[in-house]
Amino acid sequence: MNLSSNTSTSGLDLAPPSVIDLEHETVRGLNAKMHGLSHGTNHGCWRILNPRGRHAIVAGLDAPVMVDIAGNVGYYCAGMNKQAHVVVHGNAGVGVAENMMSGFVHVKGDASQAAGATAHGGTLIIDGNATARCGISMKGIDIIVKGSIGHMSAFMGQAGTLTVLGDAGEALGDSIYEAHLYVRGTVTSLGADCVIKALRDKHKAELFEKLKAAGVDGQVDISDFKRYGSARTLYHFHIDNASNY
Amino acid sequence: MCGIVGLFLKDKTLEPELGAMLSRMLGVMNDRGPDSAGFAVYGAGQQGVIKATLRAPAGIDFEALSEELARVTGEFVRIVAHDTHGVIAVPADRWPSVRSSIKEIAPELTIVGEGNRMELFKEVGLPSEVSKRFGLVKMTGTHGIGHTRMATESAVTTNGAHPFSTGIDQCLVHNGSLSNHNAVRRELQRNGVTFETDNDSEVAAAYLSQCMHEGDSLARSLERSLDDLDGFYTFVVGTRNGFGVLRDPIACKPAVLAETDRYVAFGSEYRVLVDLPGIEQARVWEPEPSQVYFWGHNE
Repeated sequence: MNLSSNTSTSGLDLAPPSVIDLEHETVRGLNAKMHGLSHGTNHGCWRILNPRGRHAIVAGLDAPVMVDIAGNVGYYCAGMNKQAHVVVHGNAGVGVAENMMSGFVHVKGDASQAAGATAHGGTLIIDGNATARCGISMKGIDIIVKGSIGHMSAFMGQAGTLTVLGDAGEALGDSIYEAHLYVRGTVTSLGADCVIKALRDKHKAELFEKLKAAGVDGQVDISDFKRYGSARTLYHFHIDNASNY
Repeated sequence: MCGIVGLFLKDKTLEPELGAMLSRMLGVMNDRGPDSAGFAVYGAGQQGVIKATLRAPAGIDFEALSEELARVTGEFVRIVAHDTHGVIAVPADRWPSVRSSIKEIAPELTIVGEGNRMELFKEVGLPSEVSKRFGLVKMTGTHGIGHTRMATESAVTTNGAHPFSTGIDQCLVHNGSLSNHNAVRRELQRNGVTFETDNDSEVAAAYLSQCMHEGDSLARSLERSLDDLDGFYTFVVGTRNGFGVLRDPIACKPAVLAETDRYVAFGSEYRVLVDLPGIEQARVWEPEPSQVYFWGHNE
């Protein structure tokens, strides 16, 4: 983990960043400042120091800003994000980028449970591992995990993609709807109604696009991945199940 | 909610700092459990001596109790007072009779922990205040565990505060709630185990002690609990020479571990760990569900 890096990831904004040190400013104060930014802001680049595992750092952003966080964050970092580009130079606690609508969140370390949960859009990249319930109830987000993910990931995943370069834990994609799951390593077990599916050309193209977004295109072989998705027997009415209703 | 902390020192030079480190960790967990708090510290033990921690109603005169004990048992026993708790050290062979004398002369006292090395303190109140009252900052030792409670399964009382000890040098802290604790309690009661509270975590502690009483190792006892205890839990257990961690099979409750050459630390959240020396270089990870972790010193 590189806590001293002060490089801005996109390189879009050359102005010096506004620095907020959480030893001297509350998270509430930080978030109030960020929420006050207008959509057309040119106040584009922020650097947050001393996060020290605090919760809800830069939750609820809705402006095209770049945010670099120098260290480990607690729960719900960049939750509900819209438009913003957030880089965590460390690990993230429970629910990083949960319910994200759009934008980009990059965790340079590991992420805890429920990373990208319920998110409707945007891209979440995790360089390390994510634990249980990654992408639970995902609704359109693209999640790329360079390490492995824990159990019950993509539970009830409705839309979006979950790409995993490592392994997946128990009950992957349980009760899944139409999210696309790509896993390169082993899957401990599949959840109810989740099945392995053919990796057709259109899926390879989709997977390539996601790997490219994570900057690992060309570094991994697309044909090493397996695709998993819904068998569609659970969420369609089936006459044999009539007595269950 | 509840918060758990644990610290196991590998580096002896940190031992004088154990209480100060644990106290900071516990204070961070104020907001996960403001109802009550407690901790167990494993300090120096004398061979053949039992240390017991007694909890008394506020305002107790431990000196008078010590004199009364000397009169009844014919033996002088010093009680080191820490607020409402007193630590008594007695030669192991004399302990059973001193123990029954205590029960006789001061039935209002509760023996919250017994061991060769363990001292155990718990009270109702904000965790940072509780550790201040007992002087945790100045305590030394090889390892310790602590708990901050947000009550769910039973009342906010000192008896309901963690850690729970039901065996010599053994204690447990728990974040979560057990759903079959009444059934397990009845089973244990049939085997002669007695309980002080209606608390689910006391059942977990008694269950583990019973397994070890039957000859299982701590690790095996924790594995057995995966089959017999139902509910949400992260357990951290203290033993004479180390501490162990177990999460339920679906990992409902949060847990973070950090390890360096100098220590292993546990926290319900990463925030607990931020002041530990060299944490930036530590290996930090979430313990896997259903997996027993244990660190111990060889004796």
